[in-house]
Amino acid sequence: MKIIVAIKQVPESGAPFKIDGSGRWIEETDLNYNLNESDAYALEQALQLREQHDGEVVALSAGPDRVQSVLRDALAKGADRALHIRCDDRSGRDALGTARLLAAAIRPESPDLVLAGLQSDDVGHGQTGVLLAALLGMPHASLILQVEKTEAGLSVKRELEEGWLQMIELPMPAVLAIQSGGNKLRYATLMGIKRAKTKELRVVESGELGVDLASGLVLDHVSAIRKQKSTQFLPGTPAQAAASLVEKLQFEARVL
Amino acid sequence: MSGVWVVVEERAGKIAPLSWEALAAGRQLCALTNQPLHAILIGAETANLAGELVGQPLERVVRIEHPLLDVYSADGFVLALEQFFRSVDPRYVVFPHTYQVRDYAPALAARMGRMLMNDVVEIGPAASGANGPTFVRQLLQGRLNGHYHPAGDGPCFLSVQAGAFRAEETPTGAVVSAETFTPTLEAAQIRTRPGQPFRASAQTVDLASAERIVSIGRGIREAANIPMMQELASALGAELAASRPICDSGWLPTDRQVGSSGQSVAPKLYVAVGISGAIQHQVGMKASRCIVAVNKDPDAPIFEIADYGIVGDLFEVVPALTEAVKALKK
Repeated sequence: MKIIVAIKQVPESGAPFKIDGSGRWIEETDLNYNLNESDAYALEQALQLREQHDGEVVALSAGPDRVQSVLRDALAKGADRALHIRCDDRSGRDALGTARLLAAAIRPESPDLVLAGLQSDDVGHGQTGVLLAALLGMPHASLILQVEKTEAGLSVKRELEEGWLQMIELPMPAVLAIQSGGNKLRYATLMGIKRAKTKELRVVESGELGVDLASGLVLDHVSAIRKQKSTQFLPGTPAQAAASLVEKLQFEARVL
Repeated sequence: MSGVWVVVEERAGKIAPLSWEALAAGRQLCALTNQPLHAILIGAETANLAGELVGQPLERVVRIEHPLLDVYSADGFVLALEQFFRSVDPRYVVFPHTYQVRDYAPALAARMGRMLMNDVVEIGPAASGANGPTFVRQLLQGRLNGHYHPAGDGPCFLSVQAGAFRAEETPTGAVVSAETFTPTLEAAQIRTRPGQPFRASAQTVDLASAERIVSIGRGIREAANIPMMQELASALGAELAASRPICDSGWLPTDRQVGSSGQSVAPKLYVAVGISGAIQHQVGMKASRCIVAVNKDPDAPIFEIADYGIVGDLFEVVPALTEAVKALKK
């Protein structure tokens, strides 16, 4: 089974940030970057399927040069080769433009299965998998926790709202958008890291893919979130803050 | 190109609550753009749902019906809605941001050359130079707002986040009769075979009925710190709950998960410890009467909705809080 897994590098979650000079994104100079969480689960699912059924796992990412670090991590965890679509990071903030780039790189590979994480932790459009299916003309299922290969294709477990689940059967080739939490993630071993250095990491310039990046959506500016409630912050040492909180909960909010 | 079209979703034979919020968002969009409001129902048989819309201020109600739409499939919904929208040329298409919409709306929009603007939380007047209203959606898991406008020709597809638009009593409109649209669909075009929904395991804890909840997130760092959190919960007489990453890691069972993919709760007291408060978590708990947040990051989005906040190291604050609560009970 040939599997392509599309992964994204995102700013470390929860780290402090500042809005940049353009007013349209955040200062990138001091940011640390990680593999997007649900993409880590997509990669894990791809590796497990290859271990069960043989074949090949190709890690794919679009972005500036720094995204090669998540591709190298994927190689260290066991991906067979990697494909980097080099492009300005701004195009990575538009799900349709990015999906068109990814689809153009995926098409000549003719994979049996394409996996993507459900949603990115930075821009959060949550559309890449579904868009890839539409662009590649493949069937898809999203919010997938488990994947099994069957005679006819795939049997996948889909998460529904409020704790419900559903099994879906679909033929291959197919695209799945993977929800986090379905599998236990592996770490790269020392051996894996060593082997990764000899694996292929091919760079494709986005311009060579002949893709129209316009999606009809313009991000004008970003702004700090607005408070919906005025929070009373309780100052002091932990003991002081705790004491005043308990007092407020007892006499002001009356919930103790 | 005209009209605001709201795609209404059914749940358990009725219009789903979030779809009423999507209709409220649609009304707001109509007011800003002087466009008429329309509702779309989709399924094998939607007469009952159409009945629920009687009296709503709607220009038209369209029932898209076909036997192959009896059970949801992305292929069926995309094909049927695309055929319909190509026939009416909408200006705006509004969806509730449900799991089902996430599964097909991006593909529908892409087939019409557009990108779905997902999780909209606010709709406002056009910015200078823009040819349409401003749409706000959250970035960086709720830590930043992005202000967008649609550009170019073609319909604008958007989905609205739960809890962002109020589905209040609406002024009564003229009674409109529903018309039916029959798409051309063949069984072979629907490539997925969906099974019956089921529950993972018996729900052992009903968080929805808990009066107090202590909820933990990524900030607790490792499973070994859970006893410290449990001690606070016990002192408060609270149930222990968590945000998604904690349950994904297997540190607590998934029936203790709060948020859009877990349970929705509204206790008297909700103490969020080490939870940044991404919107997926907030939608499951923001109706709580009193919200307390303990977090080392003063800019964490949980403080947007918290009544009381302590900024600090939770490994110092939580034991102090447990002691203070115990002292009170003595």
